[in-house]
Amino acid sequence: MIIGEQKPLKEIISNLEGHETILVAGCRSCVAICLAGGEKEVGIMAESLRLHSDINDLGWEIAETTVERQCESEWVLELAPLVEEADCVLSMACGVGAQTVQALFPDTRVIPGLNTSNMGAPEEQGMWSEKCGGCGDCVLHLTGGICPIARCAKSLLNGPCGGSQDGMCEIDPDTPCAWDEIFQSLKRLGRLDLMEEVIPPKSWIPSRNGGPRKIVKESAVLTEEEKHTKEGLD
Amino acid sequence: MKAGSNIEKLFDRGEFVVTGEIGPPMSSDASPVREHARFLKGYADAFNLTDNQTAIVRMSSLASAVVCLEEGVEPVMQMTCRDRNRIAMQSDLLGASALGVRNLLCIAGDHQTFGNQRESKNVYDLDSIQQLMVLSRMRDEGKVWGDNDLDEAPKVYLGAAANPFADPFEFRVTRLAKKVKAGADFIQTQAIFDMDRFERWMAEVTSRGLHERTHIMAGLVPLKSVGAARYMKNRVSGMIVPDQLVDRMKAAEDPKEEGIRICVEQIEHLLTIEGVHGVHIMPVAWEKKLPEIVERAGLLPRPTP
Amino acid sequence: MTGRIVGFCCSYCGYASADLAGRQGLEYSPDVMIVKLPCSGRIDVLHILRAFRQGADAVFVAGCLEGNCNFANGNYEARKRVNEAKGILESLGIDPRRLEMFNVASNQGWRFPRIVEEMVSRVEELGPSPLGENG
Repeated sequence: MIIGEQKPLKEIISNLEGHETILVAGCRSCVAICLAGGEKEVGIMAESLRLHSDINDLGWEIAETTVERQCESEWVLELAPLVEEADCVLSMACGVGAQTVQALFPDTRVIPGLNTSNMGAPEEQGMWSEKCGGCGDCVLHLTGGICPIARCAKSLLNGPCGGSQDGMCEIDPDTPCAWDEIFQSLKRLGRLDLMEEVIPPKSWIPSRNGGPRKIVKESAVLTEEEKHTKEGLD
Repeated sequence: MKAGSNIEKLFDRGEFVVTGEIGPPMSSDASPVREHARFLKGYADAFNLTDNQTAIVRMSSLASAVVCLEEGVEPVMQMTCRDRNRIAMQSDLLGASALGVRNLLCIAGDHQTFGNQRESKNVYDLDSIQQLMVLSRMRDEGKVWGDNDLDEAPKVYLGAAANPFADPFEFRVTRLAKKVKAGADFIQTQAIFDMDRFERWMAEVTSRGLHERTHIMAGLVPLKSVGAARYMKNRVSGMIVPDQLVDRMKAAEDPKEEGIRICVEQIEHLLTIEGVHGVHIMPVAWEKKLPEIVERAGLLPRPTP
Repeated sequence: MTGRIVGFCCSYCGYASADLAGRQGLEYSPDVMIVKLPCSGRIDVLHILRAFRQGADAVFVAGCLEGNCNFANGNYEARKRVNEAKGILESLGIDPRRLEMFNVASNQGWRFPRIVEEMVSRVEELGPSPLGENG
């Protein structure tokens, strides 16, 4: 899932400068799971902004809404009546959701309420860790199911550097060394032979380094004719 | 001969090689490098010029290496994977070779959060093993990575680092084997304080015959004070300093003399270990002590290559 | 001046302590609005913020003693949310001391007036709600 964290309230308030009717829009998907932008968090944010408005006599009008997934137009378009009433949208979704809202409502300014961080998973309640490097060329079968791109601070591919000590990374005593974890995993799986292979230089073309990515699944793409038929039915 | 560097010639002849280290200055004035080179000339066979060590911006290793050459001293250039992608690495090797640099040490490099540019983006396009693959191919096949021919291949003797004191211990020799397979002609280890662990590592190295395919140089750092010993013990990842050593420094009347004495004892012991083909002495913030160490350890005069 | 104080009290301990105080004839400021919760863990950051929006000068949450919550962890949750709300208040320029979490036992009738006194003295020090007349 995508993990994000709320921006500091002071920063959000500062970024809302110049706006008075604000629609706070959350998402029930990833950001709800990482307790940053779900319905509950939207409610608290809206109330905080109303309190701010009351104290400072700003006369703000704050509306709230939460959609199933803010990255999909089918749901976001349903917000049209609410967006029409507002002069800006404070998106509590990830950067993808915020951009989707802006693209679908190009005349209403969208302000991000979150700092979107990474692709990861919950470790325990209240803690979420980065897991996937999004490199576009997955090698988890070679690394005992642990991503060296995301979880090694140097994205090394041929084993730990000289700074790995007691299973921890040199950058921080609380950060596990991914390669130590890989070693333990491969050992357990009886596949330490995989660590003897020299993995050659990686192609970064399928990663973010190759430019913004677009994935197409041909069997799902609608032809022009199909699009017309669909529109006709709608 | 792959490069014809001094240390290559000495290794090939079976000589015990000595390398030192010069840290380039945080300055655009190269005089400190010149002064060190002049002072240290003749006391080691070559000197490493570190590459933005601990991610602190310093004069580049390449430039410092060229300054050494001007002083008639052989440099070992260092290149981390942190700051350069494969394009820059190959390009810098071509430049270094053109200017007469004949030794290059390939290393991953300390993470940028250690230094004074913590907010920078790191590169790590290649890891040090891939770096060895790419650069050895340039030399041996005269091609850049991806097959285009070079008009003239670089001449370089390639080195890599090894750390017998990092974890997991079980993997450390395999990692060395990978570096050798990828093209490491010589190896410099992390500073040795835990001699037992080093010897266990060397035993495995020799049992796998790796000492016949690469030249291993034992790394040493002379201790200046008990504070320095403690710092390296507690605050540097991948370094092991046994308590006895810390206690010895603490009990010493003259800690500096004790530190040198320990270093000399270590060298004398290392000379007896099979597979150790040299020492790499890194007198951190104490470059001027190298001549004394080398002399007391009986390593002078240095052989002519 | 005693200030308008809202006290969210759990029925097992917080409210019971207030009740006992009453039966023991102990006096405390009349300007306290007590909101009874089944458990202090029912408190929501939203409730706290709303109380301030409606003009409270100070707010407190009274739950069971730690380790004695009738619902095991409710009072731990309450404390965490009170801390979260304090952070929001601080960002909004409202002194976080206007909000507090207390742990009491149901048989500690004497504590309830002390809690109220504590909040009253904070209001005296900090002044009325920043909402002024608007609340």
